[in-house]
Amino acid sequence: MAGWSTHEGRAVLLPIDHVDTDQLIPARFMSVPRSEGYGDYLLHDLRRDHEGELHPDFPLNRITDASVIVAGHNFGSGSSREAAVYALVDAGIRAVVAPSFGDIFAGNAVNNGLLPARIRAEDAALLAELLASEPADARIDLETLEIGIGKAFVPFVLDDGWRTKLIKGWDDIDLTRQQAAHIRDFRETRMQSAPWAKPAAAD
Amino acid sequence: MNAPATLLDKIWSGNEILRRADGTSLLWVDRHLVHEGSHHAFAKLAGRGERVAEPALTFCVVDHYAPTRDRDGRLAPQIAHMIETLRDNAATHGLTLFDLDDPRQGIVHVIGPEQGLTLPGLLINCGDSHTSTHGAFGALAFGIGATEVAHVLATQTVWQKKPAAMRITIDGSLGPGVTAKDIALNWIASLGTGGAQGHAVEYAGSTIADLSMEGRMTLCNLSIEGGARFGMIAPDETTLSYIKDRPFAPKGDAWAKAVEAWNDLASDDGAEFAREVAIKAGDIAPTVTWGTSPEQAVPIDAAIPDPAKLAAGKADAARSALDYMGLSAGRPIAGTPIDHVFIGSCTNGRIEDLRAAGAVLAGRKAKVPGLVSPGSAMVKAQAEREGLDRIFSEAGLEWAAAGCSMCVAMNGDHVAAGKRCASSTNRNFRGRQGRGARTHLMSPAMAAAAAVTGAIADVRPLLMGRAT
Repeated sequence: MAGWSTHEGRAVLLPIDHVDTDQLIPARFMSVPRSEGYGDYLLHDLRRDHEGELHPDFPLNRITDASVIVAGHNFGSGSSREAAVYALVDAGIRAVVAPSFGDIFAGNAVNNGLLPARIRAEDAALLAELLASEPADARIDLETLEIGIGKAFVPFVLDDGWRTKLIKGWDDIDLTRQQAAHIRDFRETRMQSAPWAKPAAAD
Repeated sequence: MNAPATLLDKIWSGNEILRRADGTSLLWVDRHLVHEGSHHAFAKLAGRGERVAEPALTFCVVDHYAPTRDRDGRLAPQIAHMIETLRDNAATHGLTLFDLDDPRQGIVHVIGPEQGLTLPGLLINCGDSHTSTHGAFGALAFGIGATEVAHVLATQTVWQKKPAAMRITIDGSLGPGVTAKDIALNWIASLGTGGAQGHAVEYAGSTIADLSMEGRMTLCNLSIEGGARFGMIAPDETTLSYIKDRPFAPKGDAWAKAVEAWNDLASDDGAEFAREVAIKAGDIAPTVTWGTSPEQAVPIDAAIPDPAKLAAGKADAARSALDYMGLSAGRPIAGTPIDHVFIGSCTNGRIEDLRAAGAVLAGRKAKVPGLVSPGSAMVKAQAEREGLDRIFSEAGLEWAAAGCSMCVAMNGDHVAAGKRCASSTNRNFRGRQGRGARTHLMSPAMAAAAAVTGAIADVRPLLMGRAT
């Protein structure tokens, strides 16, 4: 995964609260291998009618080159399905900006280089007003923790560890390998001090 | 003397290998539960040429895509492929698999406890948000995404920042027909689906002490619907007697050592919680959802809220939910006609849940079609020994095999577009049970009441004069 510290793109408003993971990607698409791409499944049932035709007024259908989504409260609530993040990433989205996120979704996002940028509710209202009628250029800086949209600049909150990970593009498995000795020691101690923690041999 | 510690503090420190300067902990994972949906993680592992680090601590089960009917027949190709992939991955890495024909098969959050894999003091991960269920035993259990599943497979550890501790204390006796499901829907309705974000919720109080393990699992299971990745309850005698003699539970000396260790697993007097909430059990009525978020719930004797009278931030979501659900504000929720019933899931697919539904359905007929899918093959066998399957069949409901089934609609079981389902599941999201499906969450007893009356109904009158 490539790291990044600034991003310039286009921001689109998705003025909906509680965009849950079942909406981000309906379950029926989740058996598809990632290599086929998940972008077309993003918000599938909100974007398309029952015949599969795109709703022309849906924000992501009107604006097809957006890379930043400004959304409502509790974005990504629901399941742990990382496919919800794959759908966003494969559709070219680099950042979601919202007042709050589902905890598991936010962690999954960072693991795929997607920024979950948490902003204050009043700033969300400001951006919503700004983007109400049309998209705008967006600039995101992970060093200064600031988002510029049009002429507005708003700060965002991001866990320190997550910021480093996004900037460096680190894969956790590589990081964890550096702790191999600690893990080995801990395992040894755990097996000794809590012998009950091991599954008993099945009957 | 150490500062008073919460249950969360105790299990966290017991599993913490190290803590980074940024506050993120590397934690040891005692159990890793894996299902068909974990295929992305195995693909990542294969891409890196890695092996599973601790096969003896990794357990696989077929549940999300498990067919509930005609298992021996020809499976739809994409479902067969998902199950085959899990079989291949389990075989490649030498992992225990509870396959479709295994008498231990079932929903991962039902079989973990059932097999004695879930124990107090353990850290348990699974690529499923309802992993919070296992916290009912005093375990630190949380759902993880595919990248984290791959990480646990490769290293048997997980990076996680410690959440803030929150305690929900519930005291008093639950009224007749009121269950753990209603407790959960009640607190989520009052605090909101984001209400416990960033927190681990410990449930305490006399009501919790009186709950069976099944009820505690239902409550912890639904923690994630209130935004909490973790739900937990300190172990007690009820916990120990549930676990003892289960196949993978400790035996002999190990059992004695375990009980000794588990006795300390409770929040100390004076332990500090970042947030405390108190609820009186007597205030809770059977509760049902009317919208497309678990927080959009009301007591059965209430009216569907008028969006105009809700807080500004909730009004738009309520309008949009009512539109999707095909409901009118201000009308009583009771009496809303339904088209279908589903009883099952990791939330409410355990034996006690089936007994509660059976108590309502015995000798009665369902006015609408419905599916009953037990949480596991063992629950199914137990229910059949008790004659519950006959009660469901004679009522006109279909008795099926175990799996996630119509809760997540991945295995082909789904609710048709525009149809309304009374469901004992955990999520009423748009399209959760099938595209355009309208889901009302409620307890199994309330779902049974809906079946009998053909509409959303108060179960309490239907229980009068019946043993429950």
